[in-house]
Amino acid sequence: MSEFFSQIDWDAMIVAIQETFIMTIISLVIAVILGFILGIILYITKDDGLYPQKIVHRILDFIVNLFRAIPFIILIFLLLEITLMTMGTMLGVKGALPALIVSSAPFYARMCMIALSEIDKGTIEASKAMGASNWQIIMKVLIPEAKPALVSSITVMGISLVGYTAMAGCIGAGGLGNLAYMYGYVRQNMPVMYTATFFVLVIVFMIQIIGDLIVKKIDKR
Amino acid sequence: MIELKHIQKVFHTAKGDIHACQDVNLTIQTGEIFGVIGYSGAGKSTLVRIINQLEKQTSGEVIIDGEDISLLNPKDLRKKRTKMGMIFQHFNLLWSRTVQKNIELPLEIAGVDKEIRKKKTRELIELVGLQGRENAYPSELSGGQKQRVGIARALANDPGILLCDEATSALDPDTTEQILDLLKDINRKLGITIVMITHQMEVVQKICHRVAVMSEGKVVEVGRVKDIFEHPQHTVTKRFVRDISSKIDDDKQNENLKTIYPDGILLRLTFDEDISRQPIVSRVMKETTLDISIVSGNLTNTIDSSFGVLIVNVLGGTKQDYDQIIQKFQDYHVIVEVI
Ligand SMILES: Nc1ncnc2c1ncn2[C@@H]1O[C@H](COP(=O)(O)OP(=O)(O)O)[C@@H](O)[C@H]1O
Ligand SMILES: [Mg+2]
Repeated sequence: MSEFFSQIDWDAMIVAIQETFIMTIISLVIAVILGFILGIILYITKDDGLYPQKIVHRILDFIVNLFRAIPFIILIFLLLEITLMTMGTMLGVKGALPALIVSSAPFYARMCMIALSEIDKGTIEASKAMGASNWQIIMKVLIPEAKPALVSSITVMGISLVGYTAMAGCIGAGGLGNLAYMYGYVRQNMPVMYTATFFVLVIVFMIQIIGDLIVKKIDKR
Repeated sequence: MIELKHIQKVFHTAKGDIHACQDVNLTIQTGEIFGVIGYSGAGKSTLVRIINQLEKQTSGEVIIDGEDISLLNPKDLRKKRTKMGMIFQHFNLLWSRTVQKNIELPLEIAGVDKEIRKKKTRELIELVGLQGRENAYPSELSGGQKQRVGIARALANDPGILLCDEATSALDPDTTEQILDLLKDINRKLGITIVMITHQMEVVQKICHRVAVMSEGKVVEVGRVKDIFEHPQHTVTKRFVRDISSKIDDDKQNENLKTIYPDGILLRLTFDEDISRQPIVSRVMKETTLDISIVSGNLTNTIDSSFGVLIVNVLGGTKQDYDQIIQKFQDYHVIVEVI
């Protein structure tokens, strides 16, 4: 047992955990904000939405679908130039962020749209009958009513982001994926691989548990 | 006073044009409880939604207290709407807000100060008899309580008009009774004009002063409720009147039926003249694996129509299966009531 652990470079492990964490959190926050705005625009510009705008809707919908369709690993390569330009590097945490954000923001936009579509049309109708403006409907009705679904989508996306960071790790983005690949796979150091996997699981479960707790607290249905 | 003048509403759909309202002319006096009755699809909801302009009429005028509100700009229209409350069949409350907060919503929308909102909400909660439930969420309320919240919410900005679209259709008879009493009370206390959309003659009978009967987008009869009951002119009106007089003895009979058939569900199927000569029941039976047995039936034939009621017992399914059966009958335009 002690032999198992002695093969692990704990300093590197802790750094890797931190990197995975940071990559996930930063990309999650940015992707959620962007995706949320996109999702709301998509929702209200629908034909039967609050503010129908056929052309805007079509274009955004196309972009969202396009980026969702590109596999993450290919997106990393497609974005190399842009990453270099904006981040100054294509390695490490910084290098991974653009691809992580670009792949997950459309994903969250779609989830938002689904969450908003599930709101009872009747409540929107009722708020219109009260004399609410579109902005008031969005702020006072749509967002609060969709909140549980919006939060649980963040959970789902957070978990898939952890997976993406690991993938990005294999091509130099750092984090637990990188560690597992460099030591575990390339140098055949199984203890590092298993331990890295363990911590990935810990992070995933943490996100799931926290997400579920919040949803449970805010869901009044 | 609400004046509807030559209201036409056409929906252009893939299947063709639907004339939901055809030259509707109505005058509703301030302070009266005005009923609009008709079968499903008659155009009642469309009409009431035209009154607060949730739906724009294709042509015609909607004049409220002398002002044609279909000519208002969006901002003025929103302001006008704060002075027209609306309640719905499915209540349409916000799940995420407590009773208190649901009632506050229209006040927030109208930009009322927090202190005044609190005070107003307290009064309204008292008015509708929900003291002690202020902090409950809608999911913790019964249907009748939810509708009380709906009513309080609709009254928050002291509207002159209350529009009710099938406000009691999702409630059981006792609760319906209580909600109607509440509405009557509110009408008397606040002098508010109430427009009651319904397909239940009992509702009209119980609280309306005057009623308009709608059929296929047209108002076929208007008058004082008493006159309509005593001298119905149009076939649709006659059917509603006949339906309610036969229903009174029905209620007792239904209670007995429930004790005789405690399992599954009992459905009261009403066939109207266009469909009563079709083999609908046998078709539905073929489409399902559930057992359907006929409990009692009554088909009335007059010279120009036949009209029937059939009570069936459906057995051996889950709630979902039953909902499906009900849907199937409804697809054949049968009016279904669960006893
Ligand atoms: N938004 C809509 N688009 C197309 N058809 C509609 C729409 N709203 C109502 N209709 C049609 O108009 C007719 C009248 O509907 P409605 O006013 O809901 O009747 P009621 O409330 O009396 O049941 C129905 O045939 C219905 O299908
Ligand atoms: Mg209706």
